[in-house]
Amino acid sequence: MSLLSAQGISKQYNGLSALSDVSFEVPPGQVRALIGPNGAGKTTLVGVLSGRIPPSSGSVRFAGQDVTTWPAHKRISQGMGYTFQITSIFADLSVRENVGLAARRHQKSAAVVDALVEEALLKTDLWGRVDDVAGTLSYGHQRLLEIAMGLAQKPKLLILDEPTQGLADGDVESFKRLIESLRGDVTILLIEHNMDVVMQLADFITVLEAGRVLFEGIPTDVKANALVRAAYLGGGDAET
Amino acid sequence: MTTDLKKSVILHAGVVLALFVLQFVLPAYHHGNMARIMVLASYAIGYNLLFGYTGLLSLGHALFFAAGLYGAGLAMSQFGLSAGPALVVGVVAGVVIGAVVGGLALRTEGVAFMIVTLMFAQAGYLTILYFGAYTRGDEGFVIEQAERVLLGADLSDPLMRYFAAFSLFCAAIFTCFLAVKSRFGRVLVAIRENEERASMLGYDVAKYKLGAVVLSAGLSALAGAGYALLFGYVGASFASVQYSIFPLLWVLLGGAGTVLGPLVGTVFMFYLIDLSSGLTTAYMLIAGVALVVLTVFAPHGVMGEVRRRMWRWLP
Amino acid sequence: MDFGPYLMLAIMEGALTAAVLALTASGLALVFGVMRVVNVAHGEFFMLGAVLAWWVSQLAGGSPVWGFLLALCVVPLLVGLLAAFVDMTILKRINYDPERTIVATIGILYILQQVTLMTYGPEARPVAPPFNARIALPWFEMSDGALQVYWPWGLSTTSYKLCVIGAACVVLLGLWALMTKTKLGLLMRATEQDREMALAFGIPVQRVYAIAFGLGAGLAALAAVLIVPIQQAHYLMGGDPLLLSFIVVIIGGLGSLPGAILAALLIGLSDGIISVFFSPTLAKIFATLLVAFVLVFRPNGLWGANNS
Repeated sequence: MSLLSAQGISKQYNGLSALSDVSFEVPPGQVRALIGPNGAGKTTLVGVLSGRIPPSSGSVRFAGQDVTTWPAHKRISQGMGYTFQITSIFADLSVRENVGLAARRHQKSAAVVDALVEEALLKTDLWGRVDDVAGTLSYGHQRLLEIAMGLAQKPKLLILDEPTQGLADGDVESFKRLIESLRGDVTILLIEHNMDVVMQLADFITVLEAGRVLFEGIPTDVKANALVRAAYLGGGDAET
Repeated sequence: MTTDLKKSVILHAGVVLALFVLQFVLPAYHHGNMARIMVLASYAIGYNLLFGYTGLLSLGHALFFAAGLYGAGLAMSQFGLSAGPALVVGVVAGVVIGAVVGGLALRTEGVAFMIVTLMFAQAGYLTILYFGAYTRGDEGFVIEQAERVLLGADLSDPLMRYFAAFSLFCAAIFTCFLAVKSRFGRVLVAIRENEERASMLGYDVAKYKLGAVVLSAGLSALAGAGYALLFGYVGASFASVQYSIFPLLWVLLGGAGTVLGPLVGTVFMFYLIDLSSGLTTAYMLIAGVALVVLTVFAPHGVMGEVRRRMWRWLP
Repeated sequence: MDFGPYLMLAIMEGALTAAVLALTASGLALVFGVMRVVNVAHGEFFMLGAVLAWWVSQLAGGSPVWGFLLALCVVPLLVGLLAAFVDMTILKRINYDPERTIVATIGILYILQQVTLMTYGPEARPVAPPFNARIALPWFEMSDGALQVYWPWGLSTTSYKLCVIGAACVVLLGLWALMTKTKLGLLMRATEQDREMALAFGIPVQRVYAIAFGLGAGLAALAAVLIVPIQQAHYLMGGDPLLLSFIVVIIGGLGSLPGAILAALLIGLSDGIISVFFSPTLAKIFATLLVAFVLVFRPNGLWGANNS
């Protein structure tokens, strides 16, 4: 039984087809990567899955329910966590309040919220900065903060939109360790350009190109696939 | 209770206590002024909930104040209700109008939201003028002293009036303090800071904003109804643009997004205008200069600067 | 007067209102289009135009013709310079942030209004028109099977009013020429399209803004100078033009100059007609609610492009 499933998703913008008949399934507990050259439609697809963009046609099912017509906030409240491609946090609020807001969405008790905040910040190694103002953190730490906010929601599915973009190598390693520690507890959908990260972390990869699913498979198969190589090397973008 | 919360409670309790004690030491002129200030500050507190905490700048709050004012006033003069029920009518009028106007206006954002709220308030003002037969338009009408009796107390008596204004103010400040510390209030701040992020944390932002508008409208209407009962005069000028600009000015000056800011701003501005209207008929010049200076040089206002530089725990 | 001539009169008056409104509103539309800010003090620049026109005509002494001509040349320039000054000192400092600009311009509204009250006083004072010949207008009637022309008493306009309508058309044409055919117009349109790109291309955006703001205020002042011989100069006369300009610009579509002009025609004519047959208060209620509902349900106005 898939946690997340998309059926026949299409999206047109003024005659331009961003997505054509995309279907895929994410079983619970998997670390799934979504890759593809620039303009393949990854961000659009994630927008449709999270509810930020309405599809032109097709359906989305999450945790056993048809969420196609649900607004984003409703899907999030049902257990979808989401981090933005360009970090979006509450810059003028403290780190504690940022994560607290995320946790408070589904928890009434202040004590439980405090515990969740501590847990999420320990996991992302930000507990030492708990009372800092979020906007004063380094870029890498802000991205981790956003993931901490995702974790504090205790999501069933965590959607990470290009989480390693702009991170220094050390931060990328921390990120990889963090995802490893979550494996099995949280289902993760990762949109990534960093092939290193994808190959090491993903259980299964979906490759998009020009709005369609080009290929799906385990990392070694994806790496070997001729179509995928053509898509990336023949006019696509660089690998990192 | 955390130390920060303790400090907040002590500060606010202190202010409330000071206001209570003032009624016994103030000379008559200032006595009446403070009563008026406390009612208007309650209006400002209502405005601040929407502007300072949620980040929505309304230019039409006079509509809600007037809803309370006319709701209570007309209930007494046209329908013969006594003070207590009239107060309730005023607040209900404000809440209902707040829900309707909010539902429509919240479909817009930023500058459009400001203009839409301004337009609805203007339409309200013009409607009051249009139905002058009942409302007496600009001239307004007086509520007889004999009718302004609440719970056995004659509200035109200075001491009773001060105490009633004080109670109203306490209700407003208490509501604000609670709201701000609650989950609801924190979400409003999150919406102000980064609405999209708040939505993507699972919060139904539209519902929260409407809730903020309705609460703000209700408090403003309570102040309006209180004003009618305590000062016995209902007139269209309270529904004009000026009375939408005043709370903005008071809150900006005192500190948007702080609980005590509205009181500070109202006191200061009231006396500033009071002094200058003794000198010239063009006293609104002060308001104009204050608005420009504040928005250019001190957008955080008095209590806002206090919070930034000294007392970070100030709610 | 019968209904026909009465309607004709209403249309004539409406055309006058529309002409002046089109001028005033184009100033507001220009400022919003180029600078993306709403100038709430726009009505006060209008009022200043009228008040300064009175002052200048007093200086010119006797002849109403010379006084008026002098005012027509000098006053819009003065008001424009004042506005440019306001832009460079205040609006630039708050970086044209839309919400802060509205608050600041509300402050400027009160400053201009109250200073006028303190210096000019609360009275309304007239300015003599340079010429004012009454022109009777004909009306038609079926009589004895043939179309008869007659001049109903009361159906008239003045040479001055016709001139105002003509002058407004000329100025608007000039504005269109400025925006589409001159370098300044090109700079303004470029800044309107994409401020960042304009900066990158070395366009002096700050100066363009100051000029646009000054020009917008100047247009309002010009409209006021034209209308002041018909109305009178009063320190509170800025309120109605502000509201009407708002209505026109929003219905025409924020930032669209042709839309604003079309809307001005619509509003001016209907305002004239409605006010003749219905209560002016009711007409105003209708107008304000119309603005609100257009913004809520049709945010791009009826003609506006997809502006943010």
